[in-house]
Amino acid sequence: MANHTIAHNVYVPFLEKKGILSWILTTDHKRIGIMYLISISFFFLVAGVFALLMRYELLTPASDFVQPHTYNVLFTLHGSIMVFFFIVPGLAASFGNFLIPLMIGAPDVAFPKLNLGSYWIYLLGAAIVLIALAKPADTGWTFYTPYSATTDTDVVLITLGVFVLGFSSILTGLNFIVTIHKMRAPGMTWHRLPLFIWASYATAILQLLATPVVGITLLLLITERTLGVGFFDPAKGGDPVLFQNFFWFYSHPAVYIMIIPAMGVISEIIPVFARKPIFGYKAIAYSSLGIAFISFLVWAHHMFTSGISDIAATIFSFLTFLVAIPTAIKVFNWTATLYKGSIHLHSAMLYALAFIFLFTIGGLTGLFLGALAADIHLHDTYFVVAHMHYVMIGGTVMGFFGALHFWYPKWFGRMFNETVAKIAWLFIFIGFNVTFFPQFFLGVQGMPRRYATYPPQFESLMSLSTYGSWILGFGIFIMTLNLIAGLINGEKAPQNPYGSLSLEWQVPSPPPLENFEEIPHVTDWSYGYGKKK
Amino acid sequence: MGDASTEHSHGHHMDPAVEYSSSKLGMWLFLGTEILLFGGLFAAYAIFRAKYPEMFFEQHVELNKKMGAVNTCILIFSSLTMAMGVSAIQRGKQKVTAILILITILCGLGFGVVKYFEYSAKFHHHIYPDTSIFFSLYFLMTGLHMLHVFIGLTILSVLFVLTLKGKFTAKYSTPVEVGGLYWHLVDLIWIYLFPLLYLIG
Ligand code: HEM
Ligand SMILES: [Cu+2]
Repeated sequence: MANHTIAHNVYVPFLEKKGILSWILTTDHKRIGIMYLISISFFFLVAGVFALLMRYELLTPASDFVQPHTYNVLFTLHGSIMVFFFIVPGLAASFGNFLIPLMIGAPDVAFPKLNLGSYWIYLLGAAIVLIALAKPADTGWTFYTPYSATTDTDVVLITLGVFVLGFSSILTGLNFIVTIHKMRAPGMTWHRLPLFIWASYATAILQLLATPVVGITLLLLITERTLGVGFFDPAKGGDPVLFQNFFWFYSHPAVYIMIIPAMGVISEIIPVFARKPIFGYKAIAYSSLGIAFISFLVWAHHMFTSGISDIAATIFSFLTFLVAIPTAIKVFNWTATLYKGSIHLHSAMLYALAFIFLFTIGGLTGLFLGALAADIHLHDTYFVVAHMHYVMIGGTVMGFFGALHFWYPKWFGRMFNETVAKIAWLFIFIGFNVTFFPQFFLGVQGMPRRYATYPPQFESLMSLSTYGSWILGFGIFIMTLNLIAGLINGEKAPQNPYGSLSLEWQVPSPPPLENFEEIPHVTDWSYGYGKKK
Repeated sequence: MGDASTEHSHGHHMDPAVEYSSSKLGMWLFLGTEILLFGGLFAAYAIFRAKYPEMFFEQHVELNKKMGAVNTCILIFSSLTMAMGVSAIQRGKQKVTAILILITILCGLGFGVVKYFEYSAKFHHHIYPDTSIFFSLYFLMTGLHMLHVFIGLTILSVLFVLTLKGKFTAKYSTPVEVGGLYWHLVDLIWIYLFPLLYLIG
């Protein structure tokens, strides 16, 4: 890697400038990344509080804490905010913004102004959803017709908000694709790119291909409610299942928009703390693209019970199994990287290991659901709730927390308390499993999702799950406090605390305004651990 | 060396060649997403047409083929003037470019006027988006297209003003080219809408 010893510039860290205008008008990708980071973390905490309220209601069989309607509103807000405002923009917009230019050796993204524009569009979408809270929707985050076309809650505004958000997602993806194509430093060939970049690239492609389709779908739902259009209304000759087809054509690829960046993060953390070159670099890189491609062919596995034909169901079931292959390839390669490594259990590494373990459970249970016969029984039960949380929290959120702990010193130039970080990790890991593992059993026993009440025989598993949510919530609380405390009085971070080889660690912490004094010349990939000094 | 780096710290300017190819790639990608956005409507069209062929056959005759044809000609002509505008600025002819962009804008406005008369005639006959699946498709597809015409007109107006101000030269014509690409897309989508809605029975 390039190494510059002669300093030409005075080092001005990008965080130096103060004042609100230096933030809201910034075109610096590192600052825009921070604004996304704060925004998505905020929505994560808000939607997390909704989740805790839901779990509290479910402590006992009767609906004694909130009314069933309120419960419906809670899971709608929880699901929509978590999905559209936290996890979809999530890692891609926050860490993607911060890392892509640094990792490829560029001064910024290709279109810095557009980048700021995307952020403002994101906020606009959030503002619209906020207004929608006056009469919050109760449809679930999937907005299925016919119910969503007839409920008298405010479906129009919340879907409009999500529609606007889609634009932000499209523009960010577009910016990243062009950046990765056009802005790589000399010598940064495709096969030297860090795997996080490959992951961001695959994610951006998905954002571009899938988001317009959900955009038009939500627009059609809006016209259904406002202009009396009847595409989804059988009374007018329409077809409600058409909505499901459109919706999942986006939303299945969207689950990979959520997870692929986290897979990229794991591919960066593991080799650093195993002190070994990443195993199967090309397999990991191209499996991201493979996942992106196959994910467009499996959407109807959400609709096995919606009355699609047997042949269609069989084909979609088969295709669903295919998507497991590139995913498993990644898991095998990460484990092979760990094999005989000299493993250092830094908090970021703990999150990465948790990811491999939990995501594997989430992925395997996905195969249960992809199997036709099993899904007829498991569809719309707590088994699905458990599955999706093992993938989204066990996968994406672990990746997100891992990224936070890993790049924290680089981004903010300070260290957090490592012992507290490890304790928080332990609470999160235990709390998560206690919350969601019992839900697999509940689902198999037939407990349907989206109900505020349940038969008494489920009480012990249900209340266990609620206790787990308190442990999990407590862990996230400590982690948040620890990271905030580090910002205020953490030690100054060195340039490269873990001896990492990729480009972002070769600049000071926090990085200077212009990233690199001189655009580096890259001569090797960034995973040559344990080979050279 | 010292001087060069001081200049560097005042913000980075991209290499013009990289900027040019980046902008073009960016616009092509964006056009792809626009086509996918319309793609949802085209899919709905295909599905409902297969389901209700008689409805499409009976109701498409209500559309005014003449006005549709006039509008098609207007848009194709405007694409031509836009393309000429791009090639004019590449040869550095700012005045010619401005005039050509202005003609393109006038064509776009003309398209809007014709569409206005078409829509009013429909409303006059009590035909609305909720009249039937066919008319839902008609209003949504042409309506979404109209929205794109307005966005295109906004872009063209900005380009027109900037051209008059002399911002573009033979060496720097990227925004005109990229804006032109967008206008061609608006044209292209109409070229599909016209036969699908007005002609095929
Ligand atoms: C990354 C974090 C999370 C994401 C992305 C997420 C996502 C989702 C989604 C998409 C749904 C489905 C909503 C629906 O079907 O309408 C859901 C439901 C739910 N989640 Fe989460 N969630 C997260 C964290 C949590 C946490 C921390 C808890 C508990 C402490 C939780 C508890 C629940 C509950 C109780 C439901 C409702 C189940 C039902 O009644 O059907 N979630 N979540
Ligand atoms: Cu799926």
